[in-house]
Amino acid sequence: MIVAGKKPIEEIIEQVEPFSSILVAGCNECVTVCEAGGKKEVGVIASALRMYFMNQGKEVKIDEITFERQCDREFLEELRDRADRYDAILSLACGAGVQFMAETYPSLPVFPGVNTSFIGVTEQRGLWTERCQGCGDCILGRTAGICPISRCAKRLLNGPCGGSTKGKCEINKELDCAWQLIIERLKELGRLEDYEKIIPIKDWSCERAGGPRKVVREDVIL
Amino acid sequence: MSGTPSRLEKILTQGHLAVTSECGPPRGSDPEAITKKADMIKAHVDAINITDNQTSVTRLCSLAACIHLKLKGVEPVLQMVTRDRNRIALQSDILGASSFDIHNILCLSGDHQQFGDNPKAQNVFDLDSIHLIQTVKQMRDEGKFLGGDDINRPPKMFIGAAANPFADPFEIRVPRLAKKVAAGVEFIQTQCIYNLDRFEEWMKQARDRGLHKKVFILAGLTPLKSAGMAKYMRNRVPGMDVPEEVVKRMSGVPKEEQAREGIKICVESIQRLKEVEGVSGFHIMAIEWEEMVPEIVEKGGLYPRPEAG
Repeated sequence: MIVAGKKPIEEIIEQVEPFSSILVAGCNECVTVCEAGGKKEVGVIASALRMYFMNQGKEVKIDEITFERQCDREFLEELRDRADRYDAILSLACGAGVQFMAETYPSLPVFPGVNTSFIGVTEQRGLWTERCQGCGDCILGRTAGICPISRCAKRLLNGPCGGSTKGKCEINKELDCAWQLIIERLKELGRLEDYEKIIPIKDWSCERAGGPRKVVREDVIL
Repeated sequence: MSGTPSRLEKILTQGHLAVTSECGPPRGSDPEAITKKADMIKAHVDAINITDNQTSVTRLCSLAACIHLKLKGVEPVLQMVTRDRNRIALQSDILGASSFDIHNILCLSGDHQQFGDNPKAQNVFDLDSIHLIQTVKQMRDEGKFLGGDDINRPPKMFIGAAANPFADPFEIRVPRLAKKVAAGVEFIQTQCIYNLDRFEEWMKQARDRGLHKKVFILAGLTPLKSAGMAKYMRNRVPGMDVPEEVVKRMSGVPKEEQAREGIKICVESIQRLKEVEGVSGFHIMAIEWEEMVPEIVEKGGLYPRPEAG
């Protein structure tokens, strides 16, 4: 899933301060799971904003909504008949949701309410970690199911570097060295000899470097 | 071997123990900071590495510093990290170096930018160190850019890389060396050696696979200036193995004699490692202590340096 972190409330306030009718919009997908932008967080942020404006002596209308998904137009359309009641939307969806909201309601200013961070997993409640950077050309089959692009601080395709110490990364003693994990798993799979296969120079044109990407599937287009 | 005009390559292929050292460029644009250091050591070494923004601290660029050495008749080893430049810039700099007849390159990935003066910087890592080895080799031997086009006057570079016999996991340290050899590396400069037993074990594993016949291994040494430095290296420098006995030995002498003791340890290490089959020379990294290199080389019995025929 997409993992997002909270944005400081001060930053949120700074963005929406000039407005008098604000819709706080959550998303029921990834950001709900990572507890950054679901219905619960919509309630918390809306309350904080109400409190802030009340203390400022400002009358500001703060409404709440949580979409099934903000990355799908059909769900965003739910707001169509009452969008004109608001002069700003604070979207707690990921960066994709925020932008799709803005595209759907071009005349309304839309502000991000979370910091979208990475594609990752829930290790335990309150701990989400990165697993994928969407490089567009998956090599997990060659690296024992552990991604060096997202999990090595230098995204080395042929690691580990000399800084790997006791299984940890040189940049942070809490961080596992991805290449140590790869080597351990190769061993477990009885494939340690695969370590010596050089992973060739990567084609980065399928990732961010190649410009904004799209997936087109003629076979499923209606 | 590749038969480049590299003096370092000639010395090694002629069977001499090679001696290299290194200089860090200044944090400013005064070329004298480089040439002064080089003058101190040039008679005692075969080539001098110029580091490439080591520990990710911004400095005068490695290529320009190498040119300063070259113009003085000193043989440089161009260190190049893949952290800061993509494949276009790397290939371009390789050609730039070749245009000044710089004939040695050390291919590295580079320390993470977090350690330096710009921890908020983006890193590149378009290639890793093994890819950089492959790139130089292709440019030299096939005369082709990575993109496939022909190079007019291809670079003639003796290709080096680093190896750390002490980093984890130990079991892949030699397979990793084998990977670099397969990629085309011709000489290796190791991480600083303080744990000689462990180094010898690594060397043995390398010999068992015949790697010592495929690549020249220069043993890396850094003289300790003080007990404090020994502790710092042990505790704070990633991938460094400073055994307790070394720290004890340094701490066991009065402060004013510790530098002397550090030189002694370094010279003893040279004497012991000279006897290890597969050690083809020494890479002496006297960090901000370059003036000690001549003494270490002389006492290590590595002086005078041979003429490369």
